[in-house]
Amino acid sequence: MIEAKEEQKKQILEQVVVRFAGDSGDGMQLTGSQFSDTSAMFGNDVATFPNYPAEIRAPQGSLYGVSGFQVHIGSVEISTPGDDLDLLVAMNPAGLKTNLKAVKPGHMVIVDSDAFTKKNLEKAKYESNPLEDGSLENYLVIEVSMTSLTKEALKDVQGLDNKSIIRSKNMFALGMVYWMYNRSKEHTIDFFNKKFKTKPELIESNTKVLNAGYFYAETLELIPNDYTVAPAKMPAGTYRIIMGNTATAWGFLAAAEKSGLNLFLGSYPITPASDILHELVKHKHFGVTALQAEDEIAGISSAIGASFAGDLAITTTSGPGLALKGEALGLALMLELPLVVVDVQRGGPSTGLPTKTEQSDLLQAMFGRNGESPVILIAASTPANCFNYAYEAAKLTLEHMTPVILLTDGYIANGSAPWKIQSVDDMPEIKPLIVKEGNPDWQPYDRDKETLAREWAIPGTPGLEHRVGGLEKDKLSGQVSYDPDNHQTMTDIRAEKIKRVQNYIPELQTEFAQEGDVLVVGWGGTYGNLYAALKDLKQSGAKGVGLAHFNHINPLPKNTAEVFGRFKKLLVCELNTGQFASILKMQFPQTRIEQFNKIEGLPFGTSELVKKINDVIE
Amino acid sequence: METTTNNKYTFKDFASDQEVRWCPGCDDYVILRAVQKALPEIGVKKEDVVFISGIGCSSRFPYYMDTYGMHSIHGRAPAIASGVKLANPELSVWVITGDGDSMAIGGNHFIHVLRRNLDLNVILFNNEIYGLTKGQFSPTSLVGQKTKSSPFGNTQPPFHPGQLAIGAQARFFARVGGNTPKEMSQVFIEAEKFKGTSLIEVLQNCPIFNDGCFSKYTDKAVREDMQLFVEHGKPMIFGKEKNKGVVLNGLKLEVVTLGENGITEADLLVHDAESQDPTLHLILARSEYPLVTGIIRSFPDVTFEERVNALVEEVKANSSFTKTDDLFFSGETYEVN
Repeated sequence: MIEAKEEQKKQILEQVVVRFAGDSGDGMQLTGSQFSDTSAMFGNDVATFPNYPAEIRAPQGSLYGVSGFQVHIGSVEISTPGDDLDLLVAMNPAGLKTNLKAVKPGHMVIVDSDAFTKKNLEKAKYESNPLEDGSLENYLVIEVSMTSLTKEALKDVQGLDNKSIIRSKNMFALGMVYWMYNRSKEHTIDFFNKKFKTKPELIESNTKVLNAGYFYAETLELIPNDYTVAPAKMPAGTYRIIMGNTATAWGFLAAAEKSGLNLFLGSYPITPASDILHELVKHKHFGVTALQAEDEIAGISSAIGASFAGDLAITTTSGPGLALKGEALGLALMLELPLVVVDVQRGGPSTGLPTKTEQSDLLQAMFGRNGESPVILIAASTPANCFNYAYEAAKLTLEHMTPVILLTDGYIANGSAPWKIQSVDDMPEIKPLIVKEGNPDWQPYDRDKETLAREWAIPGTPGLEHRVGGLEKDKLSGQVSYDPDNHQTMTDIRAEKIKRVQNYIPELQTEFAQEGDVLVVGWGGTYGNLYAALKDLKQSGAKGVGLAHFNHINPLPKNTAEVFGRFKKLLVCELNTGQFASILKMQFPQTRIEQFNKIEGLPFGTSELVKKINDVIE
Repeated sequence: METTTNNKYTFKDFASDQEVRWCPGCDDYVILRAVQKALPEIGVKKEDVVFISGIGCSSRFPYYMDTYGMHSIHGRAPAIASGVKLANPELSVWVITGDGDSMAIGGNHFIHVLRRNLDLNVILFNNEIYGLTKGQFSPTSLVGQKTKSSPFGNTQPPFHPGQLAIGAQARFFARVGGNTPKEMSQVFIEAEKFKGTSLIEVLQNCPIFNDGCFSKYTDKAVREDMQLFVEHGKPMIFGKEKNKGVVLNGLKLEVVTLGENGITEADLLVHDAESQDPTLHLILARSEYPLVTGIIRSFPDVTFEERVNALVEEVKANSSFTKTDDLFFSGETYEVN
């Protein structure tokens, strides 16, 4: 162990990465999100990364039961939750063991020394106590008897059982970290007042423990007391901290209001997508109908029914659920009805890694249906822009009358970041293609000349009674047709309809370099990590390395080939074994494509990206 | 749902311009006509009627109706129809399904739609066989039944649609023979009037793959002696001579003859379709002699959409949000200058 050196004190830092780690029942997610919310209120840019096990309460003290929440705060632009830690708070030996290698050498580790019992050390597979055996000498370790101090702080509070007392020790840790970074406790105390409105003893106890941790840190001379991170320079406006899944839900709320339609969600609970359902069920006052269906198939099927009857209909799921929805999605594209399917990707195949992130549903989303069945495919790339892409998914499906799949992933869906609030008044118009009254010449499959979208005739409209179905349809009347030429024509139309969406989506932009040697290519949730890596490279003097990040995957932006042509080669980085690279190789066989793939259930780290890009440059 | 006055429509108004393509002699024609005859009497406007079907012979039905309709995918019609009804509770929504569509591939949706009790009408065409795939056994085929996929006899015991439905909390269950169009139309009208999910099982003969499967109950020569057509509030009398009746002996139905052993009409069971307790409805649904037809169960209950609407009104009354901006700018926001 090393002593705090004088020069480590009184620092003004540009950015700090803090991780809280403990048992899955230790409240690490809450502790981390309180720290990030408070920092955002203070004006920092923030990014968060919750990393937790699939078990709700994994066996106490076990290595696989460790739950972590990482927060990156900065006075500069923050695009990732950060790689290496400036501070680790470990509530038990397992939390220390699984997270220590992420701590920068010489940096601080706070541990609850009460938790370093023989039993817990065994569970964490430590042969000797790391607090005693010298194995932590490269770190600044702060041992705090958090459990006993928490008990001591609460000895006078009436009506608490032992379990509730021990459970509040996470607030002791939070109090210490607040003091270290000069954060106000006010936001968290407000939070207690709201959360425990009916349980005053819990307001009192949590506030007491938070204060105890705060004052303990102040008293403890070992802790450098002037770590501070100044507010970041961000565009002026009203902000809030938003989680990706909430942003997705709100994007659909905004689209429903703008289009003048009611929102219908048909869904079945699945990690990590359920929070979208949890959010939307709250908003019945906005005309939202959210049906928790009997299964994934009923989720999408009820949405198809609601779409037929004139709602903005969506269904939300993750990889295994998308597999179950495949047949019904084919029906929706055959019916040419609006429908958005949200896939919050997780580790696969099969049940895979439900709480971890991955980008391995791309080809399933692109091709995972029987027959020739193209859909519009878009992907959000940050927690906050889930709002924009949910909105755009709704706009595209309503204006082009064909289903859209929106891909997000566990990393951006559970991550949170500041969101400059967008008023619905400032969002682009959405014009649903509802046909109002009976025209004797109206044909169900007659199309707009530009988009090839058909009109939407909703039950209840006199004179437009018609039948649709999954059998191939006549290109005009929509009646069943087995005619060979008609099937060819309809197949071509369904493909062309998707292709023409190119005229309604933005062109591909490149950042850092407009031409040169290497174009780093990514899509979806990896944007923050790729951006951070390119920024690092630029600061270290790299030239001719650009970044092209895709949010539109089917169709690709119109100028994709032209952008690719300005670079000698591409490095396609994705959290799978090369699915987007394979799409690009199919569509641009002349392009020189190299790949960087990782499939560990974790996001890219900045340093591994920088290293790989440097290798490719050479 | 608005209703029209004075039976403006005739059954022809509900027939589409599509040629009906079922096999000659199929009971599906009877059902189609019975629905087309029931709708003008119900008085619903054409544009407010929606038929949703799954896959199978029966599921071609929507193409032949000049209303809104969807021929969807196998087994999913109840889920799709639920979405239609929730999006617009004013519509008259009908599900057309078969024994395979509803109880094999769509079993889950079938039980859950009954449990939720949306105001839908489900017509189940039961022919105890797969027709469209040309003759495999279905979930209602009998043990020992020889089919394309059970050449030595079916080994899978059948579902009993009425029992399954009542077990799944069905509030309305009716059964009719596939060759009695008048009774059928009458039951369809009552089903539409009923607020909640109405399930009507039609014993539908498949002349190609399972001909005569119900003939011991439905043949003209025997049906009055074999079928008891129940009506709410009326004593259970059947038979050509109207001289047979039903009494309850323990937990079993017993057939008695009026005038024999001093039995009078007053001794017979009186049908109570509306009781919440389904015990007797289950006994009636399972009876093989007489086979009970008509509305076996019709228990008035709160519908799913009534529960949903009550909740929406409550949430609306307690919310200060009128537009999404109110939500977005509420709670913990902060200014950056």
